[in-house]
Amino acid sequence: MLAETMGTKAVRAPSWKRLGSMREAGLIAIILALCIAMSFASPHFLTLGNFRAMLMSFSVEGIVVVGMTILLIVGGIDLAVGSVVCFAMVLSGSLFLAGLDPWSASLIGILASALIGAVMGFFVTVVGLNHFITSLAGMVIVRGLCLIITKGTPLSLFTLPPAFKAVGQGSFHGLPYVIIIFVAVVVLFDFLLRRATALRKVFYTGSNEKAALYSGIRTNHVKFWVTVLCSTLAGFAGVIYMSRFGAATPTFGVGMELNIIAAAVIGGASLNGGSGTILGAILGIALLSVVTSSLVLLNVSVYWQDMIKGCILLGAVSIDHFLHKRKAS
Amino acid sequence: MRNPVLDIRNVTKHFGAVKALTGVSFSLDQGEIHAICGENGAGKSTLMNIIAGVLQPDDGEIFVEGNPVKIASPSAAQALGLGLVHQEIALCPDASVAENIFMATTSRQRSLLMNYRKLEREAQDVMNRLAPIDVRRKVGDLPISSQQLVEIAKALTLDCRVLIFDEPTAALTEAETRILFEIIRGLKANGISVIYISHRMAEIFELCDRVTVLRDGRYVATGPVADLTPDDVVRLMVGREITQLYPSKQAEGERSHEMVLSVRALGDGQRFQGVNIDLTKGEILGIGGLIGSGRTEIAEGICGLRAITSGEILLHGKPQAIRNYADAVKAGLVYLSEDRKGSGVFLDLSIARNISVLDLDALTGRLGLIDAGAEAALASDFARKLNIRMGSVDAPVSSLSGGNQQKVAIAKQLAVQPKVIVMDEPTRGIDVGAKSEIHSLLRELAMSGIGIIVISSELPELLGLCDRVIVIREGTVAGELDAEAMNEEAVIRLASGVNAQNAQNRRASEHAA
Repeated sequence: MLAETMGTKAVRAPSWKRLGSMREAGLIAIILALCIAMSFASPHFLTLGNFRAMLMSFSVEGIVVVGMTILLIVGGIDLAVGSVVCFAMVLSGSLFLAGLDPWSASLIGILASALIGAVMGFFVTVVGLNHFITSLAGMVIVRGLCLIITKGTPLSLFTLPPAFKAVGQGSFHGLPYVIIIFVAVVVLFDFLLRRATALRKVFYTGSNEKAALYSGIRTNHVKFWVTVLCSTLAGFAGVIYMSRFGAATPTFGVGMELNIIAAAVIGGASLNGGSGTILGAILGIALLSVVTSSLVLLNVSVYWQDMIKGCILLGAVSIDHFLHKRKAS
Repeated sequence: MRNPVLDIRNVTKHFGAVKALTGVSFSLDQGEIHAICGENGAGKSTLMNIIAGVLQPDDGEIFVEGNPVKIASPSAAQALGLGLVHQEIALCPDASVAENIFMATTSRQRSLLMNYRKLEREAQDVMNRLAPIDVRRKVGDLPISSQQLVEIAKALTLDCRVLIFDEPTAALTEAETRILFEIIRGLKANGISVIYISHRMAEIFELCDRVTVLRDGRYVATGPVADLTPDDVVRLMVGREITQLYPSKQAEGERSHEMVLSVRALGDGQRFQGVNIDLTKGEILGIGGLIGSGRTEIAEGICGLRAITSGEILLHGKPQAIRNYADAVKAGLVYLSEDRKGSGVFLDLSIARNISVLDLDALTGRLGLIDAGAEAALASDFARKLNIRMGSVDAPVSSLSGGNQQKVAIAKQLAVQPKVIVMDEPTRGIDVGAKSEIHSLLRELAMSGIGIIVISSELPELLGLCDRVIVIREGTVAGELDAEAMNEEAVIRLASGVNAQNAQNRRASEHAA
């Protein structure tokens, strides 16, 4: 990241990377400002416990944000991630209750999530529906699957072995494994997104699908696999949630997709495709998490919280739109 | 003293630094059919868009029936009785023919609900004057020629004093053209004035009363058709001094016999058929023809971007199985799109990422990672060779001028070391300086042994740059012009079919040879 920022310093015209890093710097500034303000407003804010709670709260969602960001870059969107998170959770949970060891059950849960992504990818690339409609249907269908698997009742998984529970609940020298996994996923995909050939094609396809096609890139292929990736990461998040909560609820993750998409967009991913960074998206979800935590600590009624988060999204997207318009002119 | 229904005086229009129209005057009498002629880029469409209220002139005056007017929008033009049949079809594909025909009228009506039965009956009446197309059908389901007829029907329903037809016959069959001519004559008999834009001399001389010629955004001449010959008009359209400097061409007898690309009887079953093209080593071959003649489609067919149904493609004498563009690139055949922003470059991605797109495999190391250093080096290398003026290779392509964007697009093609490059309008919308740089570059590439095919609507470019020109008309090769036979009149004749007979003879002799 540092090297790239240095490299573009000589450029006078604003590059998308520079705009991106401007946005990331801006987000960091906003988050810091909020933290400083909150440290005065509430004695409980600036505590290790609160920060760990905040990090924990967005770490697992952060894994889903990574997948969503890549999907947004290719020009897609996935409304089904909340349902898929829940699906991986209840499928793995019920397989465990049926006698399978939790690791195998989790692996099957993740693979099944990938399969859901493949089915949606099929409808997008072969049938030719758009991502929005396909994943809207996917969201409802997969939620239905969750209810069918559980017959509508939460699964109690307190019998999960301690080694498995440790993934979601344990920590390494005081650092929760969840946060370690989250950071690993973020660093890995941030690196791959900048360096891997396969993920470079995601930018080409999302930036200008026709030009990508005219460059011999199989854009449908790219879109299919990114859709699969997004669902797979959602499934991965689902099994971590299972480990963390020791339970699987068929209504878990309702509305999660909106939070995820909002975070990616606040972080600079464009709904038109072609731009977005993992770091930005993570900062986006961090901002939403700090806001939520602040609202709770300030005793703001829970009824107000959604409205305030919605306003933040609207503001962030308006700024993005404004910046793009200026860039274009 | 004549009393023109529409009088345009000294209209000027700039697009940035480009002067599209310079002090153009034009007057239209009541009940006349007035042709406007000029090459692509002469300013015809700009002038028509000003009359139709789509564009605003920077300077000059417009009078309608003697009153000065300002045409601020298309609806203002309609209110003045000025209607335009667009060259590009501007219909709503998801709406029915009837709804499309009455789009403009509907948007003005005050009543809350649509009376569909009345709408359909009236639309059918109008449509039947042209062709028996069921007005309840969706426009998107109709073939292009029928859509063109719907576009014309739409204009007929407007209560117009002046009706502009911009290349109305480009998509029509001979029989449909006949019907259209009868209708235009009927309009004239009713006192309606018609502005008729066409490249086809035969149509102009059959239908029109007067003709005005534009050239390079300037007014050249107006005269009654009866006093002119098609040759006169072509001469007026062309009569330009070539001021641009082009790189020197292949010397006489320098033409190699080594065939780089041979296209044999290529057809796609729709837009073109029986196309033969030969490209020898070291030459730049030009492809001319009117917009819509099938030039671009043929190029796409050669490069695997459009499915072909017949014919074959040989590179260095070897037949190639090209099913898609990736195959073409692998074989060494690359295509530079005419639509630079739409399908040529990735505007919001960096220069380095643009140049490397075709060559990603070569830049990918083990583990599927891109060698960022090699990518930057590749980009810097081409930036230097092609003299791309930029801040750094990390800057987005959108930060470059049109000419430099085009160089990036060319660099992208060169990165895969192609055998043949097909360039569609390589210098469209590029300033003169960058243009001549690109021309020199193409000549250098040709001399280095890469086969170059240039498709261009600009005759000076075609003639100045290319060693040989073939002209496409109606999806097939209308004729081939070598260095001696190459001049603007010959190209225009072949492209517009003025002396189709000669062209056919030429084609016949080609086949014999």
